[in-house]
Amino acid sequence: MPDDLSRRRMLSLLGCSAAAFPLATPMAFAALPSDNRLVVVILRGAMDGMDALQPYGDPDLERMRPGFDIGPGAGALDLTGFHALHPAMAPLLPLWRDGHLGFAQAVSTPYRGNRSHFDAQDVLEAGTAGDVPPLAGRDGWLNRLLPLMPGAQGRTAFAVGRDEMLILRGPAAHSSWAPDARLDMAPATADLLLHIYQDDALFRETATAALGLARATGNTEGRGTDALFAFAAAQLRQDARIAALSLGGWDSHRGQARQVTRGLTALSEGVLRLKADLGPEWDRTMIVAVTEFGRTAFQNGTQGTDHGTGGTMILAGGALKGGQVWGDWPGLAEAQLLDRRDLMPTRDVRAYLAWALHGLFGTDRSALASVVFPGLDLGPDPGVLA
Amino acid sequence: MIPTLAAIRFGTGLSPDLPSPTGANALLSRLGGADEMRAAFPIESWTARAIAIRDHGRLRRARRDSDAANEAYRVADRALNDGYHHDLRQTLSRAAMTRDGMRERLHWFWAGHFAVTEGRGALRRNVGSYHDEAIRPYLTGDFATLLTSAVTHPAMVSYLDQNKSMGPNSPRGRRGGGLNENLAREVLELHTLGVGADYTQTDVRELAELLTGLDFDKAGQARFTPNMAEPGAETVLGRSYGGDRPNRHDITAVLRDLAVHPATARYLSGKLAAHFVADVPPGDLVEAMAATWLATKGNLMAVYGAMLEHPAAWVPELRKVRRPLDMMAAALRATGAGSALPDQTTRQIRKRVTEPLTAMGQPWLRPAGPDGWPEEAEAWITPQALAARLEWTMGLAGLLNPVPDPRAFVVQALGPLAGPRTVFAAEAAEDRIAGIALVLSSPEFQRR
Repeated sequence: MPDDLSRRRMLSLLGCSAAAFPLATPMAFAALPSDNRLVVVILRGAMDGMDALQPYGDPDLERMRPGFDIGPGAGALDLTGFHALHPAMAPLLPLWRDGHLGFAQAVSTPYRGNRSHFDAQDVLEAGTAGDVPPLAGRDGWLNRLLPLMPGAQGRTAFAVGRDEMLILRGPAAHSSWAPDARLDMAPATADLLLHIYQDDALFRETATAALGLARATGNTEGRGTDALFAFAAAQLRQDARIAALSLGGWDSHRGQARQVTRGLTALSEGVLRLKADLGPEWDRTMIVAVTEFGRTAFQNGTQGTDHGTGGTMILAGGALKGGQVWGDWPGLAEAQLLDRRDLMPTRDVRAYLAWALHGLFGTDRSALASVVFPGLDLGPDPGVLA
Repeated sequence: MIPTLAAIRFGTGLSPDLPSPTGANALLSRLGGADEMRAAFPIESWTARAIAIRDHGRLRRARRDSDAANEAYRVADRALNDGYHHDLRQTLSRAAMTRDGMRERLHWFWAGHFAVTEGRGALRRNVGSYHDEAIRPYLTGDFATLLTSAVTHPAMVSYLDQNKSMGPNSPRGRRGGGLNENLAREVLELHTLGVGADYTQTDVRELAELLTGLDFDKAGQARFTPNMAEPGAETVLGRSYGGDRPNRHDITAVLRDLAVHPATARYLSGKLAAHFVADVPPGDLVEAMAATWLATKGNLMAVYGAMLEHPAAWVPELRKVRRPLDMMAAALRATGAGSALPDQTTRQIRKRVTEPLTAMGQPWLRPAGPDGWPEEAEAWITPQALAARLEWTMGLAGLLNPVPDPRAFVVQALGPLAGPRTVFAAEAAEDRIAGIALVLSSPEFQRR
């Protein structure tokens, strides 16, 4: 975040703090391209999309998952006559009715092969055409989006929480902070700290950001996951237009029911926290929850599922034209599966993301297909925005 | 400069009381000797912990029977939790007091390579014992021995669900169990060949079938359960293993072959070099190590030797950031505060060490997944994690009694690495505590 840094540095040399200099606060920066907001939630560990949004209308599902609770008869909430919502997401049912909740089914990244969490998350966050990005120098698709947003600055995009977020990593200025971090340092000591960090770019820029954030952010309410969403909402009500955060714990190899319930409960509470805290900005907000891959269509030998391919994307927010499920359903008959085990993806998850960015921020389609998501065929507009 | 680099890059840091290793030979010679620190600062055995965990479970189920039962449960629960913080205390004490710092660093490296995360059941408060028993004794032998020890240990078997995996045609499998590929996949992807290597989903599946039978009993002891094992031979990377009667030796055989596979040699040489030398290590360093790996059939001492003999290991530029545990140990060592660790209460350890480690991004014994901790500097030096480091160094400086003179401490803690900006800050700080904290926060201390 070089711009922000040099400004702070200058203020510090003048003996002023940013807070004492209202004209230099970030609110005075050039107008942002859009008032719309995007929240990206990375569901790490591979969410079983067919458990979150159960395609109970496909007769093969119960046959393949005899040990699972499936469909309205087992407590799930019917949405379309074909799909039912996992009961842990029941608190979001009013959003579905208002058109503020939707799903894209049978999606995947272009990643194929060894079904590795780590490689697949890297591909999801890098937004690449399926090649695992090299470890050094890789950047994320949200980072490559930022230079395409006129007026974007260091506070436009926030990585929230302690998890590493490749999705925002890269040369474009952005911010990251965990709501429970703090830093009390005497001003003179802080100045000396920046003095000893002067020749080390990593420490210098990180310390400057930390000192600034510690000053600028007070105590955020809530704990754990809730605090992440609350902090994201607080930033989005100010200068931020993009927030990215992680929800882990989806790798349900055994005893899936409990694990999925816990994850979907946390996600539902997070969405409701954003809705409550964003207030009037909710109508200009889209939330996308994406995972590295889906899970096997069959349950495994331990009441769980193993690593698969096709999965489900969850969309929410007042900016959404929800109340619908996007994408073609490939079917679960053996010949319709990928490698006779996984749901066959029918659309690249990046196409939904790209159309969302196009609608929210006006990003040019050719730039989306070359810079943000290299090699992507956007295809027809699914119409995710209201 | 060489002894300083030996101490910080390959050991646990400079000490005012203990001389730095003079160079590669001194490091290797210590490593080849006895493990003094494990004896001086022991960690409870896996078996003792496993029994405590089993008893804890019984007491928990019975705790509503009476006040006495509830009290017994609380005592057992506290003892288990104390053990978790005690393991960290011992780990830091070893690092603060040792003359053999490379052993501690290798222990941490391989514990991260064979990562297991603190959790429920057999993994409740017992990961430290797994590291001490399954990894630490095998740091300097053949990689095959280390690999077999870690992969077949109940901690790993439990963490990656192997004890739940049943061969589809095994007696238990035919009664409704099924295969779980988790451990097989991670053995190939993370522990040996590396994810880019030339193996297929079929290799994963066959290895998963070969690994069936790896199990442990209710007392947490490893066992092989033939009832769960898939009968018949399995082909992994074109080679056939097992046959008529499944047994643990077939598993050892495939691990021995994987341990000396050229992809394993390359991947793990690169990982060691990236950990000790530079996030992106020089290609010729990795090649030299991999060649040694193949020539010695994975003799780890020889591979460490190849790394330490290479000039790239001794460039003065500090290209690595110390991980939080490494940084903490070095700070406790440099300030002499490490000698006070044994006197700290569990609560003090938790507040002063365990919780700060979490804030710095390295929660004790809880890596995020089986791929362990990240290697790149950028993953560790984020605003919130750096804020936690700075908070902690200030807190540590405030606990020192007496607080040393920062002008002397900058020399003691950084040796010839002290740069003019840090020397200036040590002199200019508004008080001694701030001066000490600034030295410990400096890039020369946070890097290695």
